[in-house]
Amino acid sequence: MPAVQETVDQVRRIDVDQYKYGFETKIESEKAPKGLSEDIVRFISSKKDEPAWMLEWRLEAYRRWLTMREPTWARVDYPKIDYQDYYYYSAPKRKPTLKSLDEVDPEILETYKKLGIPLREQEILAGVVREDGSTPSRVAVDAVFDSVSVATTFKEELKKAGVIFMPISEAIREHPDLVKKYLGSVVPVTDNFFATLNSAVFSDGSFVYVPPGVRCPMELSTYFRINERNTGQFERTLIIADKGSYVSYLEGCTAPMRDENQLHAAVVELIAHDDAEIKYSTVQNWYPGDAEGKGGIYNFVTKRGDCRGARSKISWTQVETGSAITWKYPSCILRGDNSRGEFYSIAISNGRQQVDSGTKMIHLGKNTTSRIISKGIAAGRSQNTYRGLVTAHRKASGARNFTNCDSLLVGDKCGAHTVPYLEAKNSSAVFEHEATTSKISEEMLFYCRQRGLSAEEATALVVNGFVRDVLQQLPMEFAVEAQKLISISLEGSVG
Amino acid sequence: MSLLEIKNLHVEIDGKKILNGLSLNVEKGQVAAIMGPNGSGKSTLAYVLAGKEDYDVTEGDILFDGESILDMDPDVRAAKGLFLAFQYPIEIPGVATMNFLRTALNAQRKARGEGELSTPEFLKRVREAAAKLDIDPEMLKRSVNVGFSGGEKKRAEVLQMTMFEPRLAILDETDSGLDIDALKIAADGVNRLRSPERSFLVITHYQRLLDHIVPDVVHVLSKGRIVRTGGKELALELEARGYAEYQDEAA
Ligand SMILES: Nc1ncnc2c1ncn2[C@@H]1O[C@H](COP(=O)(O)OP(=O)(O)OP(=O)(O)O)[C@@H](O)[C@H]1O
Ligand SMILES: [Mg+2]
Repeated sequence: MPAVQETVDQVRRIDVDQYKYGFETKIESEKAPKGLSEDIVRFISSKKDEPAWMLEWRLEAYRRWLTMREPTWARVDYPKIDYQDYYYYSAPKRKPTLKSLDEVDPEILETYKKLGIPLREQEILAGVVREDGSTPSRVAVDAVFDSVSVATTFKEELKKAGVIFMPISEAIREHPDLVKKYLGSVVPVTDNFFATLNSAVFSDGSFVYVPPGVRCPMELSTYFRINERNTGQFERTLIIADKGSYVSYLEGCTAPMRDENQLHAAVVELIAHDDAEIKYSTVQNWYPGDAEGKGGIYNFVTKRGDCRGARSKISWTQVETGSAITWKYPSCILRGDNSRGEFYSIAISNGRQQVDSGTKMIHLGKNTTSRIISKGIAAGRSQNTYRGLVTAHRKASGARNFTNCDSLLVGDKCGAHTVPYLEAKNSSAVFEHEATTSKISEEMLFYCRQRGLSAEEATALVVNGFVRDVLQQLPMEFAVEAQKLISISLEGSVG
Repeated sequence: MSLLEIKNLHVEIDGKKILNGLSLNVEKGQVAAIMGPNGSGKSTLAYVLAGKEDYDVTEGDILFDGESILDMDPDVRAAKGLFLAFQYPIEIPGVATMNFLRTALNAQRKARGEGELSTPEFLKRVREAAAKLDIDPEMLKRSVNVGFSGGEKKRAEVLQMTMFEPRLAILDETDSGLDIDALKIAADGVNRLRSPERSFLVITHYQRLLDHIVPDVVHVLSKGRIVRTGGKELALELEARGYAEYQDEAA
């Protein structure tokens, strides 16, 4: 049997056991009644002690949503979602606002510990020294459990630098002017079906504001965890980098294994003013469902960055390994002259996963540049589509884009597709597009195996090489994590 | 007991018979040369020994250290100490040579129940080995074999062999593509590894390699079987007379 065939078989045998984050946390939770209505929207808003303007904003979104239709253009196929069959609010019982970590339910702390996410600042500060002599870099973490943020670390130190990093629910109360000014300014309430739904019912997420000229002293990161059954997660993240500031932000996500599909519809808005830079990285590892496609997260996400100021820069880096359905197009609006947008993506699909992901680069300002590097890896019976749009507005003279989309097929039951749209309304725009599709080579695998690597290790090594350009874009700590994740998601039962 | 015993090996690919009752023993510490015309099955033999899966072994057996390895995966054979320097080394884009060496070495060590090498110890070994083979350490940062010249690829194979310290090294035309100086460097690399515990199967077309790596025994492979075995002077004879007589004999 040729090596590649064996690899394929092993990958095909992947089952739920491969998902290492599938455990459930047994805690009591407080939920809103099932289903969606104006009352539920009011319930969520009141749970969060929101001011009246916020409630109005939500209600407007909700009414708008009722008139909208779920989009069907993506290359994904799933049974009709009954939006009345979900819980829209679930919070661990106990006070949602916590003074210290000691008030957090130990079960939840245990959960994050199992996930390998350090919430205790003192542990990080104690400086655990690793075998290779390095100390873990300090990362400020906001942890969101179902609908609420349970802990944010390093608050004090960030405050000293003038950086605001807190759950968005808190920001709405504490920094209403900032939130009012920016919320919905990149992804309007009416943007699309899922974003509008999110606007009505979003529960928590992170808020970041970096004042002018400040380089955020550490990586910021949020870990999202869906725990409750039949619960939708609708997080909302808003990041503002004021003039000449810099921030690097990372989000990670996991969920327990469940037979039914869980809904996740997030909205992320980024705003970069003159000379500011935002680096946003995602390691998405929601439960992908079992080998037959049972269960898994439906991930419908709207992520958009606005390079509002001149010479601003936004880069999206994503490592997508989870979710049953992925519908996600992190985009950049290049409004400021000489602004720059980047999109680096690794999307791995296995089993019955369906990924439709890509980016939009919208060139509005002069001499704006964008760069897209997408690496899709399809294994098992999965379908993996890159969908990208690059447009240059009439006034966007000197717009430049470089796109490179490579797809790698592991086996012959999967599919990789590339759907690029290019629109240049300005004749000086220069768009370059490269795309390749290849199969993992049997010769390469044999060479690796002759040197001592198992079929799985060989596949992972070759895939890691294939995605290296993108991995290099991740902050060091997370690159290592992502590399492991890639191996895990390609793992078959050892045999 | 011989380290390697190949008994009456019959091998086909896509129904085409390539090895035809090949028998051969390699003793511990022995350097055996294999020579033979193009297409006689030398690389096929090397691949089958290493466990490449497209080949059907229809008859016969291969014993390594007295144990049949036919059912073993290539990585299991590698961990047991079988190394193949490829006639055409494979490129792996995006995987730094250094990283590859380390990953592979640790995988082998793990399979043998040995601990991982520490980073300093590993680096020390690679640097030493690279220096002796006149390999620029900068080259090790580049992707495995990608953009390497023909000679660089072959030297990189010898470097891997040096790092892995195999018990049986099969060198498939490691001399081809090497200039005269590089040939000497690579041959010295092999000679440094010669020991009573380590055996070599050196596949080559040219006497000049055997001037540097002096074999204990020379086998002639023709049409899928060993047709003659002799001492090192047999290589000289072949160089003078060619293979014509053996091709008739085998037919
Ligand atoms: N995958 C394959 N499919 C069909 N025939 C093959 C395949 N691989 C090898 N062969 C054939 O098997 C025979 C032996 O090939 P092999 O590569 O072992 O020869 P060799 O002795 O190494 O030759 P050279 O000296 O040219 O390297 C050749 O006729 C070759 O065409
Ligand atoms: Mg050959």
